Amino acid sequence: MSALTFHYDVDGQDFSSAGEASVAVKKKLRQMGFPPDVIRRCSIAMYEGEINMVIHANGGTADVQVEPDKITIILEDHGPGIPDVELAMKEGYSTSTEEIRTMGFGAGMGLPNMKRYTESLEIETEVGVGTKLTMVVKV
Amino acid sequence: MTVQAMAEALRLTPLCVPEPDREVTGGYTGDLLSWVMGNAQSGDAWITIMSNDNVIAVAVLTDVACVILSEGVTLDERLLALAEKKSVNVFSTELSSFAVGAKAAALL
Repeated sequence: MSALTFHYDVDGQDFSSAGEASVAVKKKLRQMGFPPDVIRRCSIAMYEGEINMVIHANGGTADVQVEPDKITIILEDHGPGIPDVELAMKEGYSTSTEEIRTMGFGAGMGLPNMKRYTESLEIETEVGVGTKLTMVVKV
Repeated sequence: MTVQAMAEALRLTPLCVPEPDREVTGGYTGDLLSWVMGNAQSGDAWITIMSNDNVIAVAVLTDVACVILSEGVTLDERLLALAEKKSVNVFSTELSSFAVGAKAAALL
């Protein structure tokens, strides 16, 4: 059976609309009858990714592949890339600005949350080229 | 207890209550949104001083029972409409996050 796929463009200019794709995915997964825990993990992990793309990369794309036993979320941007992935994965480490912090983000918990809520998180990144994240949530 | 019952007991000001019968099963206090997403549970009453669009998104994604805006914080008309559309219960109180959290914890 082929995966059901959804594609979203994440607008890098509009901080307030970040999350629209995640909320839409949450609704779709609920309509498809996935367990609440799976829906929660997918949508939070995806939201963190969306926010990161808005904060750091001027937006990007989100592709979600839904299969009966797993949900794969692929986030791709053409931002600055992550120079030190290990450091970026540390809880509390952030390169966000003060302005972002006043919005309630920039706590350095984005990537750690993505790891926490998914079975696998793969990061392909190149400084000056962009970043591609592939997350898998098992059902 | 229901969101409605908690709000009455704590004398919260209702700003948007599309789901008054939602059950409150716990609570979480925090303003750092990723921290909230990492720790708040479905069914929690979430106490925060944050009042931007992202609060509504986080409330939807974490599936909290309600948002309690403390320290006299409120939402503007646009955000209230968004909360209504997304079925997010929102209350406000003049109490501090600490004070309303302590009162809520005593109720649960």
